Formats: sequence, C-alpha cells, structure tokens
Amino acid sequence: MSTERVNVRKTYKLFIGGAFPRSESGRSYVVTDAKGKFVANASRASRKDVRDAVVAARKAFGGWSSRTAYNRGQILYRVAEMLEGRKAQFVDELRSAGMGRAPAAAEVDAAIDRWVWYAGWTDKIGAVAGAANPVSGPYFNFSTPEPTGVVGVLAPASPLLGLVSVIAPVIATGNTCVTVTESPLPSITLAEVLATSDLPGGVVNLLTGQAAELAPWLASHMDVNALDLAGAPAELATSLEQAAAENLKRVLRPAADTDWTADPGTGRLTAFLETKTVWHPVGV
Amino acid sequence: MTAEPIALDRQGVDDIVSSAASLRRFLHGLPGVDQVGAQERAARLATRSIKKSAKAEAIDLAISMVDLTTLEGADTPGKVRAMCAKAAHPDPSDPSVPRVAVVCVYSDLVAEAVRALRGTGVGVASVATAFPAGRAPLDAKLADTRRAVEDGATEIDMVIDRGAFLAGDHRKVFDEIVATKQACGDAHLKVILETGELVTYDNVRRASWLAMLAGADFIKTSTGKVAPAATLPVTLVMLEAVRDFRAQTGRQVGVKPAGGIRTTKDAIKYLVLVNETAGPDWLTPEWFRLGASSVLNDLLMQRRKLTTGVYGGPDYQTLD
Repeated sequence: MSTERVNVRKTYKLFIGGAFPRSESGRSYVVTDAKGKFVANASRASRKDVRDAVVAARKAFGGWSSRTAYNRGQILYRVAEMLEGRKAQFVDELRSAGMGRAPAAAEVDAAIDRWVWYAGWTDKIGAVAGAANPVSGPYFNFSTPEPTGVVGVLAPASPLLGLVSVIAPVIATGNTCVTVTESPLPSITLAEVLATSDLPGGVVNLLTGQAAELAPWLASHMDVNALDLAGAPAELATSLEQAAAENLKRVLRPAADTDWTADPGTGRLTAFLETKTVWHPVGV
Repeated sequence: MTAEPIALDRQGVDDIVSSAASLRRFLHGLPGVDQVGAQERAARLATRSIKKSAKAEAIDLAISMVDLTTLEGADTPGKVRAMCAKAAHPDPSDPSVPRVAVVCVYSDLVAEAVRALRGTGVGVASVATAFPAGRAPLDAKLADTRRAVEDGATEIDMVIDRGAFLAGDHRKVFDEIVATKQACGDAHLKVILETGELVTYDNVRRASWLAMLAGADFIKTSTGKVAPAATLPVTLVMLEAVRDFRAQTGRQVGVKPAGGIRTTKDAIKYLVLVNETAGPDWLTPEWFRLGASSVLNDLLMQRRKLTTGVYGGPDYQTLD
C-alpha cells in the first residue's frame, strides 16, 4: 500500500454574487503551468454568466454605493489584510505561471500595496474630485462625485497587479463590477479573498473565460453603465466602444502598453464617477 | 375535446351536492395525490428547454395571459391608471407586443380601471369577498361582489373560506361559492383556493373539485398574500382536476396560478405544465392566466433581448 498522499486537486469556478458557481454552460478549460503541465480545471463563462453577473452587480450597487466612503475604506483595507495572509499562495500561483521567485514576491507585494493605496482613497476622492463652487447668487453650490453604477471590466493580462489595479479603483468609489479575466489563477484566488473579507456579495464578480467571446455581451448590455477596456483584444476594442455607445456607457480605453507597476494616479478612480451639483439657498 | 365518456351528468352533480354528507363522501372519495410523484413530475417538466422562435411565441402567449395585478393597501387611482395604460400597451415602443388579459384590482378601484381601459379590449377583474382572508359575513362578501360587477368588473376573484374548508364544512364553502356566482351575473368567477393554507395536495384536489362543482369558471391558486403562493406541483394538481372535470362533465374550467411568478423562465415552466397536463385546449388566455405584476417587466425584457440581440435592464421599464 502506498503511503503517498493523494493530491487534492482544485476546480476554479466563477465568482458571481458572492458565490462560486460553475458556468451555466457547463464548460470548463484546462489551466496549465509555464511548462504545459496540468494545474487545474477552470470554468469557461458564457454570455448567460455575464447576464447573471450583471444582475448580481446591479443588486449589490444600491447597498455598496450608499455605504459611507469611510466604511468602504475599512472593507477594502480588510481585503488587503486578507491578501497579506495569502501571500504565499499568490506567489506560488504566479511562479507556476512562469515567474521567478523574486519577481513573483515583488508582484504580490506591489498588488497588496496597490490595494491599500486605493483603500485610502475612498474617503478622500470626494474632496479631490468634488468642490464647493463660487456662484453669483445667494446659494451654496456643491459638486460631489457619485459612482457611475455597474462597470464592466476586461482585466489586463498582468494576472495579479493588473487585476488589482483595475478592480480596486472601481469599487473604491462605490461602483460594482463584472470583471472578465482570461487567467483563472490567481484571479479566482483573489475572489476567494474577496468572498471572505466583509465585501458584500455582488460588488465584485469575476468571470474566467475568453474575453473575445464575453466582451461584446458586456459592452452591449443595457444595464452596464461603464466599460474598462484594459484587457480588451486590440482588434475588438473599437467595436466594443461602438456597442458601448448604445446606452452612453463611460468607456476607459487605456494604452495597450500600460505599465501596471507605475504610479497609477487618480485617473482610474475618476474615470467611473458622475458629478452631481446641488444648489442650496443660503439663509431664509 | 378528449374522447372519454361523460360520466358525471347534471343529475350526477346534483346528487353529489344534494347534502353535506354526499358532498363530503364524494370529495373524500377522490383518489389521493402522490405527493412525491407530483413534485417529481413538475420538476421534470420544468427542465424543458424552450428556445428561439418557440420562446418568442411563449413570451407573447404569456404576456397575453397576464392578469396584471395590484393589490396593495397603498393603491391609488393614479397607480391604477398607470397600470391600465401599461396593460393596454405593455411596451409603448413596440406595438407588436400583445396586450395583457385583464387588470386585477381591489373592488373600490374597479370604476377607475374600467374608465381607464374603455375601448382597449382589456378586461377588469376585481378581488372580492373580503380578500384576502375571506373572514367577513356572507352579506358583506356578496355586497362587495355586486358592487364590483355594477362598476363594470368582467371577472371576480373570490376567496374560499379556508377555515370552513379545513374544519370539514365543505357545504358552507360550496354554498358561498354558489351565492357569489349568482351575485356575479355575467361576470366570470375565479375561485381562489389559497393553496398555501390548504396544507396537502389532497386538499388542493378536493378544493378544486368543490369549486368546480359549485360553478367556478376558473380556479386560482392563491391570493399572493400567503407564502407559499403558486407552486408548480400545486398547479399540476389543479390542472389535473380541470382536465378530469371536463372529461367527466363536459364543462371546461380555467386555471390561474398567482403569486411568486417573477421571471420569464417561471412563466414558461407554467406553459409547459399546462400543455403537458391539461393539454393545448387550455393554452389560451381564455383558459389559463398568470396572476402577477413583476413578471410582465421580465417578459418584456426577454422579448426585447430576442428582438434586439442585447441584454436590457430595469432602467428601461416602468416601476411597479
């Protein structure tokens, strides 16, 4: 009798509405490491998973956007705490994809630092992007930034730092998102972190699968309010922008060669905000 | 029509309802419902996949079967008028969408609904007889019914006295249905069994037969105020009852599940159930209705998905 322990293999599923369902289509694909060896099976999302994820994101939007910015900051910081605890797992997963030990560790550190950085922005962006406007009349006049709504995100190829860099700014300001990523590892591990860290279900939804298949459905969906084309296939980007125009989605189309390690600035925070201006009579 | 012989003629029905004892003997002599079997059958039929052109047809059929309902204490004349406008033109941007079957309101709002729907072809149904509890003296229930009919209601949704039914006083329930049917005059009578309070499928079958023997034009699952409301197995039992009733008496009775039907998928499951249980004869708005309000928005959203090819959202629909 062999005393060797049997491997506990893992199946990577989707992350929709705080749960981890398989794809509605029943499809899956094999994830291999850099040497082509089998790592895991992952779900391949279909257009109906996109639809379900948008419903989940819409449902979560009201609660998430009406939380105080301070509370959102606390929750995002909590996510960073949980990321810190799973560091070794993330490093392993990046290494299985072919990264060296030191670069993988640096990437995970950078991703956690990026998350903390965005967590700090939640209650400050209002002061930076909003204003008390001087007007000619007896009124207080305020402009305040408000979240756009459900944001469709096509995650870039950079599997952890890129993913964190597109998700964190979207949810920091009170949006919810449906994210399509082609790399289940470590994306779904990130989803496991999000699922166990006070983030309400549905605020982040992660679909693994082929961006070329899912992106058109996300771009044309009438209940999606904005689109981030960070990881859009280059040949599709223009047609996605056209589809997004149907219901006037905000579209962010970053340069294809974005350096995710560089200081991101506030551009991604302000890309998915609406400005609300309120006139309030003075006195009387 | 099925070819089965008519086993229960006018005389046979009169014999059954001639006394409390014979009525009771008949209802308790009905074959018991196989609970597991009914649930299994309903669950299996619910897995049927209806796609593309069949789905488009099912959606239009379902829209035409909707009894668009608002039964809230906070109903206002304005809300009823808005709902009537929606009933006549469910999707104002697409005239090919069929209108719904009827608008269903409380009896004091019937006049408002009738005024708003004049000339549209959409009927007005009114709940009556102390809906939803049914706990009021018979005089009050009948006055409620007569008033609704006078105001122009074409259909009356009455509730049975569940207390009497559960206490075994079938005769009282029967007499109330007969009296209400008389008060209805030309208006169609739908009898709400409130299956959520009847506890067992056997009771649902008995209540269905009781209502049909008393002259119901429709049997309806629930008020929507009690959980569980309509479920597939309960509707299956009721569809079997109307099928058997027509086979034995020659009279066709309609079925209306109400409450808890929220999505297009739900609605299509019911249509499959009707087709497979009672048969295609029931697959028209004349004999099958869906009591609901929110399902209409989902039906319209799915319909638009089929015509435009992109997913829609609640931003493009009326709130209700």
